[in-house]
Order: sequence, then structure tokens, then C-alpha cells
Amino acid sequence: MYEFKYQRPGTVRQAANILAKDEDAKILAGGHSLLPTMKLRLAKPSQIIDLGRVEGLNTIELKGRSVVIGAMARHVDVANSPVVKEAFPALADLAGVIGDPAVRHRGTIGGSLANNDPNADYPAAVLGLGATIITNKRRIAADDYFKGMFDTALEPGEIIIKVQFPIAKKAAYEKFKHPASGFALVGVFVSKRGSDIRVAVTGAGSNGVFRVTSFEEALKKRFSPKSIEGMTIPADGMNADIHGSAEYRAHLVGVMARRALARA
Amino acid sequence: MPAVSLTVNGKPVTADVDPRTLLVQFLREHLRLTGTHVGCDTSQCGACVIHLDGVAVKSCTTLVMQADGGNVLTIEGLAAADGPLHPMQEAFRENHGLQCGFCTPGMVMTAVDMVRRKGNDLDERTIREELDGNLCRCTGYHNIVKAIAAGAKAMKA
Ligand code: FES
Ligand code: FES
Repeated sequence: MYEFKYQRPGTVRQAANILAKDEDAKILAGGHSLLPTMKLRLAKPSQIIDLGRVEGLNTIELKGRSVVIGAMARHVDVANSPVVKEAFPALADLAGVIGDPAVRHRGTIGGSLANNDPNADYPAAVLGLGATIITNKRRIAADDYFKGMFDTALEPGEIIIKVQFPIAKKAAYEKFKHPASGFALVGVFVSKRGSDIRVAVTGAGSNGVFRVTSFEEALKKRFSPKSIEGMTIPADGMNADIHGSAEYRAHLVGVMARRALARA
Repeated sequence: MPAVSLTVNGKPVTADVDPRTLLVQFLREHLRLTGTHVGCDTSQCGACVIHLDGVAVKSCTTLVMQADGGNVLTIEGLAAADGPLHPMQEAFRENHGLQCGFCTPGMVMTAVDMVRRKGNDLDERTIREELDGNLCRCTGYHNIVKAIAAGAKAMKA
């Protein structure tokens, strides 16, 4: 790791002030994306702003027709939360398959979303449910938030505070895990909330999480695996590496979408 | 250099550290508690698992500053140096759950955390799934799974 100055503010406002004055400063949440990147010397933050002492960022609550999750909520908290399990089992399931148990004890939803790893799980839920990212400055709709791999709509000095998920009647997440890393080779989140149908895919696209509008159209008549039987998506724009070709990933998108629909 | 204070295996520790110091480095290099190992340094192998405030954590992916004020338990603190082994350690010995032993501290700490979360009756499937974040290059896991099932039961007694 390169050297950095360590800061541990007590409030979001203090954190934002440090961040606004120094564009090379970085927020530290659980550290399970940032620290590995720093160890590889792929990131060289001048300052680390640890949110570990900021109160009130890890709440999980039901607000009207939404579940609102604080940015510092750990994956294990979301997976085990009675509120999430009751209102939104698909989201609890997703949080429960991120990484491994020790990783889930540290990793946070805010960290995952700020990092926007193209193989991470949470982006699929956020886009697949049309959630809203609430920062210290504004509210950002999921459709406007993800800007390609490791890139988001967050501006300098902006910190994710919480994420608001509208409760969907039907929702499910299915992922094809990379057998070594546990990351999604392909993960598909499907949801239906009134007439709003969403199919969001993580892991597969070379530009990060994306929606499959052709599947969403086909599901309008009936929200069932049958409606997209035999459908595939084009292989262009899919990731290709030693773990799977673009064609293979494109194929898996259909398979995982049907499995998710069968469970939803 | 910022100061860090934490409790390690029941003893209070205070030190001035370079903020880059990882929790595992602090344990091994500053405190000379070398039972916690570094296998991969990339959050995959679980050789570095310790308990931070009661839950299993990969200490290679945690800054010691993040543990400031916290309570750390390492393999050295599981049982008194001059007393009997912890039931989970005893079960690993009894079931031949280790060969070279490199992964073992992390396996044992993960296993004890597994019991905390999943109880004393662990079936094979649960154990294998829960070992997702721990790699062993020697044993083929079979005896580790047996050891954890036996150790979990013994922890109830
Ligand atoms: S050394 Fe920490 S997970 Fe391998
Ligand atoms: S016993 Fe050698 S790595 Fe597990």
C-alpha cells in the first residue's frame, strides 16, 4: 500500500468536508473492496476517511412501501434482518450469498455500490428494483446511478448515506458463482412491482450492471419463465475471459433469468 | 503516527502505528502472535481469520485502525497455554483435520464462529458451504468437515 493519512470523522458532514477539500481522499466503509485495491497499488488515496465511527449509518427500516438500508449496514446485517427477510426475502438472499461468511461480516452495501465492481451483487438488486441512492446531497435513481464499470454518478464530496428499495411483490436473485472468488460470473435480479418489470444483470456486461429490456417486454404479459423461454441476448458487450466466453455469459443470462423467475 | 488501543486475547494493547498496518501485521509483527497466518493476502484463503468483536473477520483485509477500541480473539487466545485444548482444536487433532497445519488456525476460528451462528448440530452440507472462505492445500477437506462437526458437538458439552 502507498502511504495515506488516516481520518476518522464523527459525522457525515465532517467526512464530506475532508472529501470536498481533497479529491484524492477516499471513503473507507468495510474496506473489502478498497483495501484489496490499495494493496495492489491500483489506488493511491492521499487520505482514508473511515466511516466506522459515524453513528446512524447502519440502520435498516421499513418506511411506508420501502425498505431503507443505511450505507454502513454489513452484508450479514441485511441477510439476517427480520425487516428485510419479511418485506423482501430476495434482498436478504442476495446479501447472504456475497463473498463468504467472514467477508459478509465486514463488507457494506454503501461500499459495494460506491465501488460498482462489474461482478458485484448489490448493483443487480439496486437496478433490478429501481432503488434510490440517497447521498449527503441528493437522491439518485438507480437508472441514473451506474455509469459503467467502477464508475458511478457520485460527484466529488458526495457520500452514500442510505439506499431506498421500493418493495416489490415478486422478486428473486440467481447467481452463477465464480467457483474460486464467489463473485457473480452472471447474476440476474428480476422484479415485478405493479406494471414495473425489471431484469438486471451483473457480472456479464463489460460495462457493468445493465437491464435486459427485451426480457422485460416479454414478461409484461406474464411474469413467468415461460415468457422468455428460448430467448437469449446478443454476445456483444459481454465480458470474455478465461472463466467464460462472451457467448457463454450471454447464454447464462437467459438461464439465470429463468431460474430467478421460477423462484420469484 | 496514530495511536491504536485494543484488547487482544483479553489483554489491553496500545501502540503507535503506521495507518497502513493491517490487523494481521499488527498481530504477527508487533505482538508476535504468529498463530494467525497469511496465506493469500487477497481475502480468499481464510488463514488469517480472527474474531473481531465476536465475529469472524479476515485480518488481512482489515486495518488495525478499524479495530481500534475493539476486542480481538486469535487462535492463541482460544485456550490457556498450559491447559487443555479448546474442544474445536481437540476435534481437529482427534479427527486428523490437519496435515501441514497452515490453514488450521483460520479453520478453527472460522469453525468456532460457525457454531456461534449455526449451533452445535452442523450437517456436512452446512459445514462445507460455510467453509467457502477457507482454503486448505493438504487435507482435501474431508477430515476438516468431520472435525468441525465433532468439535461443534463437543462445544455443547
Ligand atoms: S491471508 Fe487473509 S484471506 Fe488469505
Ligand atoms: S493442512 Fe495444510 S493447508 Fe490445510
